[in-house]
Amino acid sequence: MWDMDAARAALPVVLSGFGVTLLATVLGFAVAVVAGLGVALVQRSGVRWIALPVGALASFVRSTPVMVQLFAAWVLVPGLDPLTLGVLVLGLHYATYLSEVYRAGIDAVPKGQWEACIALSLPRRRVWRAVVLPQAVRKVLPALGNYAVSMFKETPFLSVITVNEMVHEANAFGSTHFAYLESFTLAAAVFLIASWPTSLLVRRLEARLAH
Amino acid sequence: MTGSGTDVFLSELGRALPGIGRGLLVTLEATALGAALALLVAFALGLASRSRAVVVRGAARVTVEFLRGTSLYVQLFWLFFALPMLGFRLEPMACGVLAFGLNYGAYGAEVVRGSIAAVPAAQTEAAIALGMGPGLRLRRVVLPQAYVLMVPPFKNLLIQLLKATPLLSLVTIADLTFAIDQLRSQTGATASAYLLLLLLYFGVAALLGAGMDALERTAKERLGQEGRNA
Repeated sequence: MWDMDAARAALPVVLSGFGVTLLATVLGFAVAVVAGLGVALVQRSGVRWIALPVGALASFVRSTPVMVQLFAAWVLVPGLDPLTLGVLVLGLHYATYLSEVYRAGIDAVPKGQWEACIALSLPRRRVWRAVVLPQAVRKVLPALGNYAVSMFKETPFLSVITVNEMVHEANAFGSTHFAYLESFTLAAAVFLIASWPTSLLVRRLEARLAH
Repeated sequence: MTGSGTDVFLSELGRALPGIGRGLLVTLEATALGAALALLVAFALGLASRSRAVVVRGAARVTVEFLRGTSLYVQLFWLFFALPMLGFRLEPMACGVLAFGLNYGAYGAEVVRGSIAAVPAAQTEAAIALGMGPGLRLRRVVLPQAYVLMVPPFKNLLIQLLKATPLLSLVTIADLTFAIDQLRSQTGATASAYLLLLLLYFGVAALLGAGMDALERTAKERLGQEGRNA
């Protein structure tokens, strides 16, 4: 049955893990946002010898489990601390999702914008940085937000490589104090409390950008 | 990797094949059962969240947000570790199927709701004008059109579900990941073992994806959208 004292003892432990969870989400998503854009641009570059292998690798990473990727990186890439390694693997996994999001956003920029750039004979760099990407990124902001929330909820996977994020801490507390009910219920509550307002915010952003 | 390492890996692989086959079946079983439950949950919650009764709609919305917001990982561990402390002990596989079904069902509910909303209102109006009741309207007019829109997002969710199944190995189930991890620890051929594991998941995901694409094509043909040559 629910034990209030155990819950009170578990709360600070779970919350300290939540700090690591947030850190991993922010860093992981930063990796995903940058690397995802890189993958999308390489795939659109028209340089086939690099676009094809990068595209194939991205679709391989996208359709295989992140947990197995974490295991593999854990034993094959030595010399990185668990959090750094986890952030990189999770970030690159999500980069393969985000590259598709960026691609859709870039495709949605009207053809007239490109034609206007040619008419103005803007240099290629400025076309991307001043015209195409600002419009594309604006269009895909809600989708990026959804993926950020989704990554937040997948950070517990990092516990398989011993990162002491929230679920790892909840699990450890549960096993030493035999209080799984309290520790996991609290972890679930923290996830809910943090992700519900964020997804409402994303939905509002989506509605506002729709017009 | 050294040549002898590969030799050991290959000879051990031969001996480990039956175990890997069993693990693969467990993974497929969990994916199929989880997806079946998710489909049920998705339609139940998706239709309920379009109900005219505020109570039904509200309850469906809260359930969806709750199931989506609490993280699949925590849900599975809660069912496996915490639920027994309340006096209910489920088989590990039941925990897995329940967690997959409820979590992906909640995501699927949004797909069902959105797809039905995307069918033009004129279709419903025309059905009303023809004197069809609400049940018949949904079954013969709205759902067949909404279904075509549902299949591609369902394909993504199905592959997401498959990719979540290695979690089963954390709750004592001998799935594909568990079987290959054993092979890895016996042979020490880490790179080969994990590459094989990733390739197997990739293959299963490709087959599931092809199946869903075929489903989408037949659904479109039935509606007369895009001919056979499309």
